[in-house]
Amino acid sequence: MANKISDETIEYVSILSKLKLTDKEKKQAKKEIGNMLDYFDKLNELDTTGVEPMSHVFPINNVFREDVIKNEDQREDILKNAPGVKDGMFKVPRTVE
Amino acid sequence: MAKQYETVIGLEVHVELATKTKIFCSCSTEFGGAPNSHTCPVCTGMPGSLPVLNKQVVEYAIAVGLATNCKITQYCKFDRKNYFYPDNAQNYQISQLYLPICRDGKIEIETSTGTKSIGIHEIHMEEDAGKLIHDEWENCSLVDYNRSGVPLIEIVSEPDMRSAEEVIAYLEKLRLIVQYLEASDCKLQEGSMRVDVNLSVREAGAEEYGTRTEMKNLNSFKAISRAIEGERARQIELIEEGKQVIQETRRWDDNKEQSFAMRSKEDAQDYRYFPEPDLVPIEISDEWLERIRANQPELRTEKLKRYKEEYDIPEYDAQIITGSKKLADLFEKTSAICQKPKKVSNWLMVETMRLLKENDMEPEDISFAPENLAKLIELAESGTINSTVAKEVFEEIFRNNIDPNQYVEEKGLKTVNDEGELRSTIEKIIAENPQSVEDYKNGKEKAIGFLVGQTMKAMKGKANPGLVNQILKELL
Ligand SMILES: [Zn+2]
Repeated sequence: MANKISDETIEYVSILSKLKLTDKEKKQAKKEIGNMLDYFDKLNELDTTGVEPMSHVFPINNVFREDVIKNEDQREDILKNAPGVKDGMFKVPRTVE
Repeated sequence: MAKQYETVIGLEVHVELATKTKIFCSCSTEFGGAPNSHTCPVCTGMPGSLPVLNKQVVEYAIAVGLATNCKITQYCKFDRKNYFYPDNAQNYQISQLYLPICRDGKIEIETSTGTKSIGIHEIHMEEDAGKLIHDEWENCSLVDYNRSGVPLIEIVSEPDMRSAEEVIAYLEKLRLIVQYLEASDCKLQEGSMRVDVNLSVREAGAEEYGTRTEMKNLNSFKAISRAIEGERARQIELIEEGKQVIQETRRWDDNKEQSFAMRSKEDAQDYRYFPEPDLVPIEISDEWLERIRANQPELRTEKLKRYKEEYDIPEYDAQIITGSKKLADLFEKTSAICQKPKKVSNWLMVETMRLLKENDMEPEDISFAPENLAKLIELAESGTINSTVAKEVFEEIFRNNIDPNQYVEEKGLKTVNDEGELRSTIEKIIAENPQSVEDYKNGKEKAIGFLVGQTMKAMKGKANPGLVNQILKELL
C-alpha cells in the first residue's frame, strides 16, 4: 500500500462526516481509504490529455420542470420522518448560533 | 501623520427568485404557510427522492446575467456542497461551483464622486435552506422546511467597492435591475435579498489586499452602512495595535452596532464540492439565449427616455418614479386610466412619498390599486371633492385600498356648492366672531383666514373654499 493515511487525516475526515470512530475502526478506515487512493493512483496512470472532464454519465442535457405547483400539503406524511415533532416542526438537537 | 487606509469591499448578494415553485420540486414557494406545509420528499432530503430542475429558475438567472452584462455559460451544471446542519435535510446544498451560469459582468454606479464600474465575478443558482427556530423551553431547535429548496441566485461582485456609499449605490442598482426583470421583489427585511459584506483594509497605495472578514445578518441598507463603518474601524484599530485581522465570518448586531465572530462549526469549512450526480447538465442554445434577450423588459434607462417623450412630467419626478419598479408601474397604469400623468406624478411624489416616510415603508410595500388613485384624481379634478378632502381620501386609499367613489358617497364628503347652505353657515360664523369681523374691518386682512377656517370646520371640510371666500367678503 503506497498511500498512508495519517492519524490527523482520519481524525479530520471523521469530524467532517460526523462519525465517532473507535481505534479499531480508525485502523480499518485508514487501510480502506489507503486502498482507494492507491486505486486512484492507478487511474491517474492513464493519459487523459485533451479529454474533457465528464459531468454526467448519461448523454442527456436539459431535463426541466415547468414552474407549476403540483404538491399539496403533505405535512402529516412528511413529519412521520422527523426524529421528533413540535408545533408542526422537526425537533432536532439544539444548534449553536 | 496618521496613516491613511483604504477599504476594499466585495459583496455576495443572495436573491430569492420569484418562481411559483421550488428549484427542484413542485412545492409552493409562497411565504407564510403553516410550518412544513410546503414540503415533499425532495425538499426534506428523503432517501431515493430525485430533484428535477425548474426551467424558470434558469430563465431568471440568465435574464439577470444579461441585464448585468455577464457572459452566459452555455454549458453549465450543478455541484454538491457538503455540510451537516439541520436547516438542510440533505446534508448538502445543490449549488454551482465549477460552471456558474453567469460570469464576468459589470454594472455602472453613480455616486457623489462620479460614475464607476463594479465588476460581477459570477452569478450562480442554488437552493435555500430551511428555517431554524430555537426553543429555549425545551432546549432544542425546531425546523421548518418551507423555505428549503426555494431558488436563489447568488451574485458575487469583484472587490471593486471602496466605501459604504459605493456599496449602497451598487445594491440599489442591482435591486432595481432584478425588480424590473420581476425576478424577485428583493426585500431585505423579509430576506428575499440578503447581503454578505466581504471587507478588508490596506494602507493607501498598497498593492496587496489585507485579510478580509465576511459580515452577515445585514437587514437594511442602513445596517449595511453602519456595519461597513464599524468593521473598517475595527480592522484599522487591530492593525494600529500591531495585531492581526483574522479571516472569519462575523455577525452584525445592529442594535449594539457591533459585530461578533460567529463560532466556527467545530472545524474548518471544507465543503468537499463534487459534481451533482442527480442532475443532468444544462445546455443553453443560442436560440434560447436570444429568446430571453428579446423578452427582456424595459429597464430604467430606456424607461426614463420614454417618459421624457411620452409624459409631460419634470425630469426629477421621472427619476424618482423610475427609481422603483412599483412606482413606475403605478404611474403608468394610473396614467393610462385617467390620462392625467402630471396629476398622477404629483400624487406619487407628494402624498405617497409623505405617507411612505411616515410609515417607514418602501415603495415596494404600496398595496393600493391604480384604479383607485385614478378615480380619486377624477373626483378632485371635477371638483366633486375639494383638495383637503382629497388628501384625506387618499390616506384611506393608501392604507386600505378603498374605492374612493364609494367612500366619498358613504361618508358624504362631496363638496357643498349649495350657496344657500353656505350663506346661512357663514352668517352664523360672523355672528359668533365679532372680534375677527372688527379686525378685518380695521384692515387686518388675515382675520378673514380665521373666518374661512371656522366655516370649513362647521362644514366638516366639505365646503367649496372659493365659494366660501366669495360669500364671506360679500357679507362683510
Ligand atoms: Zn418539495
